[in-house]
Amino acid sequence: MTKNMPAAETVLSVQGLSKQFEMHHLKRTLYAFDNLDFDLRKGEFILLKGENGAGKSTLLRTLYRSYLPRAGHVWYHTAEGMIDLACAADVDIAVLRQREIGFVTQFLNARPRVAADEIVAEPLRLAGTPHADALVEARRWLSAFGVKKQLWAAYPSTFSGGEQQKVNLARALILPQRLLLLDEPTASLDRDARKALVDRLAELKEAGVAMIGVFHHPEDVEHLIDRELHLKAIKIEDEADHVVE
Amino acid sequence: MGAADQNTITRQKPRLMLAEPMLTMRGIVRNFGDVQALRGVDVTVYPGEVLGIVGESGSGKSTLLRMMNLEDTPEAGSYHLSLPDHQDSNLFSLDRFQRRMLRARHIGIVYQNPHIGLLMGHTSSGNVAERLLVAGNRNFAELRERARLSLAASEFPVERMDATPRELSGGMQQRVQLAKAIALEPAVLLLDEPTTGLDVSVQALVLDTLKRLQRDRAITMVLVSHDLGVIRTMADRVVVMRRGEVVEQGLADQIFQDPQHPYTQQLVHAKL
Repeated sequence: MTKNMPAAETVLSVQGLSKQFEMHHLKRTLYAFDNLDFDLRKGEFILLKGENGAGKSTLLRTLYRSYLPRAGHVWYHTAEGMIDLACAADVDIAVLRQREIGFVTQFLNARPRVAADEIVAEPLRLAGTPHADALVEARRWLSAFGVKKQLWAAYPSTFSGGEQQKVNLARALILPQRLLLLDEPTASLDRDARKALVDRLAELKEAGVAMIGVFHHPEDVEHLIDRELHLKAIKIEDEADHVVE
Repeated sequence: MGAADQNTITRQKPRLMLAEPMLTMRGIVRNFGDVQALRGVDVTVYPGEVLGIVGESGSGKSTLLRMMNLEDTPEAGSYHLSLPDHQDSNLFSLDRFQRRMLRARHIGIVYQNPHIGLLMGHTSSGNVAERLLVAGNRNFAELRERARLSLAASEFPVERMDATPRELSGGMQQRVQLAKAIALEPAVLLLDEPTTGLDVSVQALVLDTLKRLQRDRAITMVLVSHDLGVIRTMADRVVVMRRGEVVEQGLADQIFQDPQHPYTQQLVHAKL
């Protein structure tokens, strides 16, 4: 596990990462990306670029392990040592997601009959914050993202898409993580909410959070970007489209 | 990628051991005549998680759950729970009385059919108190109060605690089962199709109660269901079973978004 260990300040070191989808019932293989190498350092912000189908979202989901990579390594530096997210045990991935790796998307998986403030407070509660304190903090973040007070105790499953997204962002960003994966978090947000999000990302970057993401409005985060990573759709014989979303 | 074959992922190897198991089953084999119900099943459940077990009818998932509840003994295999008094013992080696005591104190179960889990002619509070009695509690006032608290935690209307289960709706009967199952704060709560047969709105309410209990009390749960929607709502990790074997297991989002095994793909795509 210690082979090719990256430098101390590196949070993530991706080596030879490949992803393809085996569609057994179609007897087809769909190629996403192949042999990717890059590092992500503490406090660094990488913008993913590329045309539709280049594999940007697939890469983020592979780093988060919602998708299983075909080959390669995703070395992640934890307080306990190095772990290869590409092949780590599910339970370790679950613990890391709870503690330090966040995935921010535009889609909220709203659970029925759980109030917005309770949804946002949950990461804090899991981290040990008393219920009342977690709720106060959750409401502060809901307010920062422009969710009206009368909606705080309501169920987000009844909210508009934009309001659900704000709840989702507040939940995803309430607890400082070490690594944030951002999958178009600003898509369909109004201007004030976009500003609140970008301000929070700037705070987190300042605090040393490593971030990599795809943005619908990259100009919003221009001042945060340290590097850009360009993905290209793989050209494989007899395969026109390579990414399944 | 030239070296892809040498570099192909071997899953589940490096572990940081960030969490220790609550429940471990290894090599479980169970035959019913010529039918191989379980063929060397390995399952691990971690503290505070919800493990979902899915598979078609006859895949062995309910048989496995009965093993976890020590209702049945396999032809081969071991079973360990992380309990102070039973750290190193294979629980299948316990006798009938020891199993009963262990079940009463450390394992809760909610059956699909409340007739199995409840005494239909006894009061709801009496059903819950019976669990406390088995564990040695004899003070009547205390029994009644603890039964009331457990029913309230299961979001059962406590003003009806003296009604018998046969006077209650299906959803309420499941809440009584749940109250009984959690009365002694079990190490693991087993749920065997707990919402199958309930109408959709009642199903959502019962799942919501389970989710709340899991969040507030960090109860470790094993949930068997053929309903992928239920598993998707509830589970942190998912085990997929077919013909007595585990064909795939993974984090719930991975199983639903990027299933690997042809059977899992078929199952997930059939749902979508």
